[in-house]
Amino acid sequence: MSTRADEEEGSPLGEERGRATPAAPLPPSARTGEPLVEVRDLVKHFPITKGILFQRKVGAVQAVDGVDLEVKRGETLGIVGETGCGKSTTARLIMRLLEATSGEVRFDGQDITHLKGPGLKAIRREMQMIFQDPYSSLNPRKTVGSIIGEPFAIHGLERDRAQRKRTVQALMDTVGLNPEHYNRYPHEFSGGQRQRIGVARALALKPKLLIADEPVSALDVSIQAQVLNLLRDMQRQFGLTLVFIAHDLSVVRHMCDRVAVMYLGKIVEIGGGDPLYDFPRHPYTGALLSAVPVADPSASPSERRLLSGDVPSPASPPSACRFHTRCPKAKERCSIDEPLLEDKGTGTDAACHYPLTREELVAMGVRSSAMHATPKDG
Amino acid sequence: MSAQEPLLRVEDLRVEFPTEDGVVHAVDGVTYQVFNGRTLGIVGESGSGKTVSSLTTLGLTRRQGARVSGRILFEGRDLVTLPEDELRKIRGNEIAMIFQDPLSALHPLYKVGRQLTEAVRAHRDVSKAKARERAVELLGLVGIPEPAHRIDQYPHEFSGGMRQRVMIAMALANEPKLLIADEPTTALDVTVQAQILALMERLQRELGMAIVIITHDMGVVAEMADDIAVMYAGRIVETASAARIFSDPEHPYTWGLLRSIPSLDRPRDEDLVPIPGTPPSLIRRPSGCHFHPRCAYAQPDHSVIDPELRAVPGDSAHFVACLLEPQVRRTLWAQLHAGRMPEEALAAAGLPEATS
Repeated sequence: MSTRADEEEGSPLGEERGRATPAAPLPPSARTGEPLVEVRDLVKHFPITKGILFQRKVGAVQAVDGVDLEVKRGETLGIVGETGCGKSTTARLIMRLLEATSGEVRFDGQDITHLKGPGLKAIRREMQMIFQDPYSSLNPRKTVGSIIGEPFAIHGLERDRAQRKRTVQALMDTVGLNPEHYNRYPHEFSGGQRQRIGVARALALKPKLLIADEPVSALDVSIQAQVLNLLRDMQRQFGLTLVFIAHDLSVVRHMCDRVAVMYLGKIVEIGGGDPLYDFPRHPYTGALLSAVPVADPSASPSERRLLSGDVPSPASPPSACRFHTRCPKAKERCSIDEPLLEDKGTGTDAACHYPLTREELVAMGVRSSAMHATPKDG
Repeated sequence: MSAQEPLLRVEDLRVEFPTEDGVVHAVDGVTYQVFNGRTLGIVGESGSGKTVSSLTTLGLTRRQGARVSGRILFEGRDLVTLPEDELRKIRGNEIAMIFQDPLSALHPLYKVGRQLTEAVRAHRDVSKAKARERAVELLGLVGIPEPAHRIDQYPHEFSGGMRQRVMIAMALANEPKLLIADEPTTALDVTVQAQILALMERLQRELGMAIVIITHDMGVVAEMADDIAVMYAGRIVETASAARIFSDPEHPYTWGLLRSIPSLDRPRDEDLVPIPGTPPSLIRRPSGCHFHPRCAYAQPDHSVIDPELRAVPGDSAHFVACLLEPQVRRTLWAQLHAGRMPEEALAAAGLPEATS
């Protein structure tokens, strides 16, 4: 069970993998710190249509609307936001599971926005995804062995059956599953173990990029830490670049080097994990942090400032700054002049005309590790 | 603690469901009490029995063929043996419940107003017009803007947070003395969750009702509850005031809940301490202490002896069902709280590694 044990065992898989994936020539940019994924002005609008026979377009859900993003090699980038903010759509656009309306996605220096056929298939090998629901993302009629081995079948690798079985079993061992359970079906596993199956399948082709979309939110609390630790161990072991999508701010803080906060299809703040959590500048980031319940009954929740209202519809988002309708600091300018994402001098880029000050943060009751450096006394 | 009579007192409640595979021991000898105007938080994972114990309070497990024993005393009446028609007078009137998923708890084909007036008229002999007036008032009370207009809308026209407000309005229709909230914010986003929790606190202050909040989220109970009961495999394994549960938790499962979840007020790079394994089957439960197969501190005899819920020395309101010595438990928690891993804590307490 223990993922620490896996780490100590090292990876017998390392060599197996080498054979599984013919060594691709390293691109010139293959050094850590350089971007693996570059997203430029990415837009995805889903049309809203009326009529059955003659469908007319009457509007568009602006799920993602002008996102710029870089994911550096070896880092973990977190994307947080509430339901409908476009975080999953962004991930699917990067994965090319959705076709972008406009904008550009570059992977490993190559423009993949409009790749088709063999070119797309080759790229797909390099990026894998782990989904939220470990119940619906595994085919119930297939054995675990064939689910984890499926990527090899798709890409015509590991054609030798015995060899493929050995590789799959080594993978199962790496993610903390019993290799003897090769012939079992998904329903015989618990939620946490199923998520491990999903991780093993994603790692099978030794991708460069792993996108985890809410990988623990469907799991029981006692199981979440197991899967989070597994992802961290796997990242270290395989040198993965990880995009981690979640609505839980504490989980994202724990997992990620850099964090992007999304609201209604746009990134409102992005920066290193420490500065973003210690001194968020965008009022929305502050509101999110202030809303997280803290496991400390002595903290007074009354000082917290609540956001009023609901997230507006992405089909008709507010003008200029999309947060201005709910923002406690909004002034007239915010509804006319759209703020750009720019360096606020405290370690994060925020898209706001009137960024938060320290005093305002304290007044909002935002607790951070910097402000509460010592854990409360026992 | 208080000499006052509890509003609700659950005594040695057991709920079993006979199934094809065997008997499911969903709730296994649970005792707790709730006082007027106070909030009890019940924490546990899926399958810990926290929902079943509350559903049983309202007689909602009767139809599933549950075998119930023990007593549920509400203002002196035993709800376990109360006839169904008597229970109907209490349900939705003196005790109300809100559920996790407001979309499936509201009828999609009826307007919100009709569902609210039905809740009012089920227990009060008032005219439709009066009931509607009350429904508008309730929607206003839970912070829905333009209540007179929204009352004629269908549930799908409301957002998730607004639907949960409608559920709360419905639960409050008859000014219940006890509100049972089963994972009321789990389906909601954080900013909306904060709104709903603040609303429940405000309504409790204004109406003076008692609340039982069921959740898996330690943050939510920390904010809402005065007292906390931690459930595992159908039993309460630890119960105390909220302050004590967070400052001096005694049960290894409670430690697990506190240390396996990343928290904004812990150091960012601190390692999480997962609880190994998975929650047990309630048909074939582990022998001895039900938690022993997952407990990093279990000793050989813990798989044999079944621990009782005992008072913790020094606090007559703090009970724990654990076979470790109180002194050892204190050392272990001090280590874990300082960010150490279970192996280091064991060494500091002078215990051998767990045997499970």
